[in-house]
Amino acid sequence: MNAFYSNWLGGKKGAIELAILAAFIFIVMPLWLDIFRLNLVGKYLTYAFAAVGLVMVWGYGGILSLGQGVFFGLGGYCMAMYLKLEASDPVSTAHQTTPGIPDFMDWNQVTQLPLFWEPFHSLIFTLAAVIMVPLVLAYVISTAMFKRRVGGVYFSIITQAIAAILTILVVGQQGMTGGINGITDLKTLHGWNINTESAKYILYYVNGALLLGVIMLCRFILSSKFGRLLLAMRDKEDRVRFSGYDVANFKIFTFSMGAMISAIGGAMFILQVGFMSPSLIGIVPSIEMVIFAAIGGRVSLVGAVYGTLLVNYGKSAFSESFPSLWLLFMGALFIGVVMFFPNGLAGLYDVYLKGRVESLAGKFKKKNPPAILTPAKTELQNEL
Amino acid sequence: MSYEFALTVEDLTVSFDGFKAVDGLNLYVEKNELRVIIGPNGAGKTTVLDLICGKTRATGGSIQFNGIELTKFPEYKIVQAGVGRKFQTPSIYENLSVLENLEISFPRGRSVFGSLMFKRTQDVTDRILEIAETIFLSEQLNVQAGLLSHGQKQWLEIGMLLIQDPELLMLDEPVAGMSVSEREKTAELLNKISQGRSLIVIEHDMEFVKRIAHKVTVLHQGKVLAEGNMDAVQNNPKVIEVYLGH
Ligand SMILES: Nc1ncnc2c1ncn2[C@@H]1O[C@H](COP(=O)(O)OP(=O)(O)O)[C@@H](O)[C@H]1O
Ligand SMILES: [Mg+2]
Repeated sequence: MNAFYSNWLGGKKGAIELAILAAFIFIVMPLWLDIFRLNLVGKYLTYAFAAVGLVMVWGYGGILSLGQGVFFGLGGYCMAMYLKLEASDPVSTAHQTTPGIPDFMDWNQVTQLPLFWEPFHSLIFTLAAVIMVPLVLAYVISTAMFKRRVGGVYFSIITQAIAAILTILVVGQQGMTGGINGITDLKTLHGWNINTESAKYILYYVNGALLLGVIMLCRFILSSKFGRLLLAMRDKEDRVRFSGYDVANFKIFTFSMGAMISAIGGAMFILQVGFMSPSLIGIVPSIEMVIFAAIGGRVSLVGAVYGTLLVNYGKSAFSESFPSLWLLFMGALFIGVVMFFPNGLAGLYDVYLKGRVESLAGKFKKKNPPAILTPAKTELQNEL
Repeated sequence: MSYEFALTVEDLTVSFDGFKAVDGLNLYVEKNELRVIIGPNGAGKTTVLDLICGKTRATGGSIQFNGIELTKFPEYKIVQAGVGRKFQTPSIYENLSVLENLEISFPRGRSVFGSLMFKRTQDVTDRILEIAETIFLSEQLNVQAGLLSHGQKQWLEIGMLLIQDPELLMLDEPVAGMSVSEREKTAELLNKISQGRSLIVIEHDMEFVKRIAHKVTVLHQGKVLAEGNMDAVQNNPKVIEVYLGH
């Protein structure tokens, strides 16, 4: 239990932060917002997966990925393929030239389901693919790069190039991917209608629970020696290498995990929003994800969630009135945060609110939390 | 023949764009020996250590450690074979505590999954305390390493290597930036830790070298200029010429 408290929840500070976030997602938002707006928040929270992944990859791993949208998109497309196949049963597609295949294929004179679509009839396969496809791609990319000691800006550029390539592929292969329009008109998940109000509530809660689960998993990883090694590598990579560690493996693991987390967000996106399109996987969304993490505070897992919500709220409010100014505004915001608040929202919380919240929480708590092993441990935890 | 030595370096050469920083070097270090390498700036001393630990790859020649050829090994395997190396500028994790610096260096849980599952068990704690005492940092265990004095940082890095119990320990200018009393303590420390392992120390301070060296190798322009005990080397006319110059 003690280990759970300090490793998965992140000690006192971490537990309070998680509790606030859980209350915010599970209680405040659903009570405050109607289902339409709540669904919107659910959509933003799927982006938060990518931002949380970036906290691990960029904030702790020091690897700036400008291609998180790729993994978000792959997770989303894998899920979308399953949903689309389910929506394309021969009865509802009887009017098509070739019934039983997705409508966009029919429009593109495709007469047979492409082979790689076939396994996506299976839900189990699909769920595995949501995780495995991005994971394998991330593993291959990062192994090729990090084993050759390619890092820093070069790595960032490569990830961005991959985002561009994937977009071009998806757009170009319209008959197999739905092209620029994406995959739309989705109805059911294993027979369960995802478009009803109650389904939207359920998916919102599942999404929130997964997000909190992912944050706890990241907490566990960061509280282990692995987490300290990431900090050590950011500081003195050579010292780590010459202490007997194969540094590349740690980066590969971190990058692949960030990809997997992002992919879960993508799958939850399609379930809640009901479509997937290349506009979600390219360079611009990938960079936006970095901005979410930066605004939230790039070494704060929960900060990344708030950062994502805030920026997206700002985006929808702002771009309704001044659509052309939004990109400029976001660029300025990013530069401002990086220059003046490098720890983002989390940094502001630490300076202005943390003390008050903790003393407030202390009043409610009867039992003292278990003492953390050594002062050294607390110092590290502060950074988490 | 080569098995009698802990480290056998033969005909080692590295050239950077045609410039031979190390040029046909031969070096034999015995077990339990404390060897000091001296030489003017730019002689190639640091580069020799870089070559042995795999940071720089040799253009030619061989490096055998207990009969194992190291020139093709990746860095982490060289470490795991028992070679530890301290860098010229103290290379420690400034954001972590002394304790965490030592813990990370503890030779267990070096794989990704090993590090995720690593637990600070009693034997780890005991070993950390033992090393902390050896390097005079028992009182500083929970201090953030970045706040240590320069000399203490040097000790910490030595401790981070000691905790791995290497058979060959290579220290690049370990007393640079140390006060007189810190140098005294470091000399004691090096004499103590040279028991049961081989040490290669690069140093400029001749008083310090005298206190620790079993044998001295003088390096000049990537080649061995002289080798022997301290007195012989100091009185060697070639060495005097290189050091005093013309
Ligand atoms: N990676 C490198 N690339 C090019 N030149 C180098 C490199 N490393 C060392 N040198 C050169 O090799 C020579 C020996 O350097 P070094 O081994 O650091 O000398 P020392 O430690 O004896 O002062 C110097 O002239 C240095 O500039
Ligand atoms: Mg040097």
